[in-house]
Amino acid sequence: MTTETIQQPSNIMETETKIDFMKYRKLALIVSSILVILSLTGIFYKGLNLGVDFTGGTIVELAYSEPADVDQIRSALQASGYSEAMVLNFGSAEDVLIRIAPIKGVKSAEISNKVVSVLRVKDNADFELRRVEFVGPQVGDELTEDGALAVVYALLGILIYVALRFEFRFSIGAVSALIHDVVITVGIFAWTGLQFDLTVLAALLAVIGYSLNDTIVVFDRVRENFRTVRGGSPIEVTNLAVNQMLARTIMTSLTTLVVLIALFVFGGEIIHNFALALIIGVVVGTYSSTYIATAIALALGVSKDDLMKPVKDGASVQEREEELTRIFLEEHAAKEAKNAQK
Amino acid sequence: MFDTKTKIISNQYPAWKYFMLMVVIILGVVYASPNIFGDDPSVQVSPAKSVQFDATTQAAIQEVLAKAQLTPKEFGDVNGKYLIRFNNIDDQLKAQSVIKKLLGRQGVVALNLAPATPKFLRDIGAKPMYLGLDLRGGVHFLMDVDMEAAVDKAYLRYVDELKDAMRAKKIRYLNVLYEEGALVIKFRDAQNLKNAEAMLAKDYSTDFNVKTNLSQHAPEIILHLKKKAIKEAKTYALKQNITTLRNRINELGVAEPVIQQQGDRRIIVQLPGVQDTTKAKEILGATATLEFRLVEEKGDAYRAEKTGYTPNGSRLFHFRNGRPILLKRHIILSGDNVTNAQSGLDSRSGSAEVSITLDGVGGRKMLATTKKNIGNRMAVVYIENHVETVTINGKKVKKRVVTKDVINAAVIRGQFSNRFQITGLDSPQEAQDLALLLRAGALAAPMEIVEERTIGPSLGADNIRQGMLSVIAGFLLVLVVMFWRYKMFGMVANVALTLNLVLIVAILSLLQATLTLPGIAGIVLTVGMAVDANVLIFERIREELRTSSIQSAINAGYEKAFVTIADANITTLLASIILFSFGTGPIKGFAITLSIGIITSMFTAIVGTRAVINLMYGNKPVKKLSI
Repeated sequence: MTTETIQQPSNIMETETKIDFMKYRKLALIVSSILVILSLTGIFYKGLNLGVDFTGGTIVELAYSEPADVDQIRSALQASGYSEAMVLNFGSAEDVLIRIAPIKGVKSAEISNKVVSVLRVKDNADFELRRVEFVGPQVGDELTEDGALAVVYALLGILIYVALRFEFRFSIGAVSALIHDVVITVGIFAWTGLQFDLTVLAALLAVIGYSLNDTIVVFDRVRENFRTVRGGSPIEVTNLAVNQMLARTIMTSLTTLVVLIALFVFGGEIIHNFALALIIGVVVGTYSSTYIATAIALALGVSKDDLMKPVKDGASVQEREEELTRIFLEEHAAKEAKNAQK
Repeated sequence: MFDTKTKIISNQYPAWKYFMLMVVIILGVVYASPNIFGDDPSVQVSPAKSVQFDATTQAAIQEVLAKAQLTPKEFGDVNGKYLIRFNNIDDQLKAQSVIKKLLGRQGVVALNLAPATPKFLRDIGAKPMYLGLDLRGGVHFLMDVDMEAAVDKAYLRYVDELKDAMRAKKIRYLNVLYEEGALVIKFRDAQNLKNAEAMLAKDYSTDFNVKTNLSQHAPEIILHLKKKAIKEAKTYALKQNITTLRNRINELGVAEPVIQQQGDRRIIVQLPGVQDTTKAKEILGATATLEFRLVEEKGDAYRAEKTGYTPNGSRLFHFRNGRPILLKRHIILSGDNVTNAQSGLDSRSGSAEVSITLDGVGGRKMLATTKKNIGNRMAVVYIENHVETVTINGKKVKKRVVTKDVINAAVIRGQFSNRFQITGLDSPQEAQDLALLLRAGALAAPMEIVEERTIGPSLGADNIRQGMLSVIAGFLLVLVVMFWRYKMFGMVANVALTLNLVLIVAILSLLQATLTLPGIAGIVLTVGMAVDANVLIFERIREELRTSSIQSAINAGYEKAFVTIADANITTLLASIILFSFGTGPIKGFAITLSIGIITSMFTAIVGTRAVINLMYGNKPVKKLSI
């Protein structure tokens, strides 16, 4: 490994920032617990405003040539037997979204045709059909099931990967952080009543990807520090890693948030909730990498020994010798480099 | 003595790496380039079923176009189909109508927007990205095939066959019934049962599991289709439905329809550019079958209707107007055997007629029947199936509703096999309807639309515009942020990010993966996350600069950040692969662009930037880095 020869021991005193992040970890755990409980209450008590992808039903989006009279459309539909039809403006005064739950005994694929013909006759205004989405009840059930399964599989896959690549305590920390992110994002959707559809589910999986990315980067540095920094408690070592990664964390969150805001502003109504879910997820995910993932790994007792390269029996004395020699070499090289710079 | 362990730090790339980078850049630019040329309004002419175009067709089309003073931009011939490009939409529409007039039912004339990719690019297989329906407008249907019905049908097909086989072997049976997912053959005595058993073991052992019930009163054989046979029946039903859908969709005149199997019982139908969804649904949604039966001339249908008693071997049916008619129980053949039906005018009498073509099996059965029944009437029964989802006790249950109508009863004038006409229809309209019903009847099992997504053309255009705007805005903002933080190094990262975008577009174009609106969102997200690799590297270089020389800091920055980048990206890739494997259309698009973006970004952010940085600073006496 080339890294071994050029590795410099990082000095604990030399980071741009020296914030004692881990000092607040208990407070953070309390805040997060409250947020998670609030979110779960929202999800189970208030429920999600699920889109037709999951509930089944029909959506018809119409674009009128002039501002549409939502009340008139609603009454026209009610007069034709669609008493449950939900009619609202979508993005602009001209755009109207009509949502109809599955109706018993009606060939459901026909509903959109009927809605359009009813409005053509009853409502004289000129409109254009923008979009129809019809999802049969059984497809809705399948999508709900598949969606939940996808999230579970993603978490399981990650649990295994991180456990293999790092250590099971990190793995538990990472997955706890991901669950935390997902629950809070979904909780916000529940409390605000924003529509939760397939694109939001996709966004959740992307949040899992992003938050994990962030977590791994911090873990990676914690592991490196455990191996290279002499002395220091696990908490100090972790603090150092978080400080070292702070600039990177801010930069990457910034670039990601910037593009997501662009998507939110310019991407159009259909992509709105998708972008919003990602924005919430990126913010929560950035916070959770430090305060949930790392803090839990610490609380579970991750220590230097867990992350040293596995030492074979019998060869242990020799291995330790080598390790000491390596560290000595690195210090020597660092000194030389400093002298050279001067 | 320590120097033996120290490797010389080299910030130089070997020539082959630069060469490889150049090749990647050139390929990327070439394969991404078709996306900037836009579309030609064009007319796509493809031959109808069992028709082939030749040089005379092409000459004829060119002649009518010339006559209408339309000059095509290009007249392309691809696999027996013509793609005629025009300079504007006016010409395109006019051309469609004149060609339609010329070809009639011989061809399908569809409007299309053909990519205006220059020929030299087309020759090397460069195409623009394949846009999903949410970007180009059109209809997406998910059809669910009723597999229970398909299996029922497979059993029912055997009923007559087994009867015929037993009769031929002089085996006397009481009845062959289909009940509770099995065929039951009832016998009067054990001897006949034994004979039947031997016959079944010889001829039908691959199809059925045979169980015998040797009770004194009612000896019977119970036949269950073998698993393999059931699977075959299902596969057949799906295939037959796909074929039928394809034929029906050809009638709609869609340029690039997609008809694909999804899972083991569903079919995806995508019709880009179709606006009239009502018509599309009518044609796709009507699920019907046909039965040809002989008319029972002996009984009185009106009396049968009143008393409920029908003569032996016959059943009561009704015409669409409610008039009753008695038909024989035996089904001569079903809609599966009908391969084509066309309406036209009888050349002698001038009255409307329908010409019907059967497949080989149907032709043989028809020949055998008509031989014996000249002068008798034969009726066509149209059976419409639709599936309703009803809620019973809070559970969603699918219920099949069947309506049977006699659509025609005509006298058999002579012996015929696989081609015949039904003449003497009242009007050309009636002939057209009958032909449509006959064609529509050739479905193996009923289907139901379980999902529909229609996107109007204006929304598609809006989605492209808004998607592009988000990509550009996000991209520019990231460029600014990167330059602000990392100065010269930031500019290098920005070049890499640009290359990354080009590569994503090139790979999407090469794979012809469907680009959807969520797919564009995936590109936007990738733009934001792709720079992460460079952020990691550059932050590490900054850190290393505090303790080591410039050259070793650059080297260490790249080396040490690599493991982190790989770890972080593999996990994201994992999440997006799971997303892909579960996702439906639009979500898949998101997963695809995200995955491609992750892979290309690792290449551009690590190899790409390193190449440039090495050129600028590698092994040179640099005093200060602009980072």
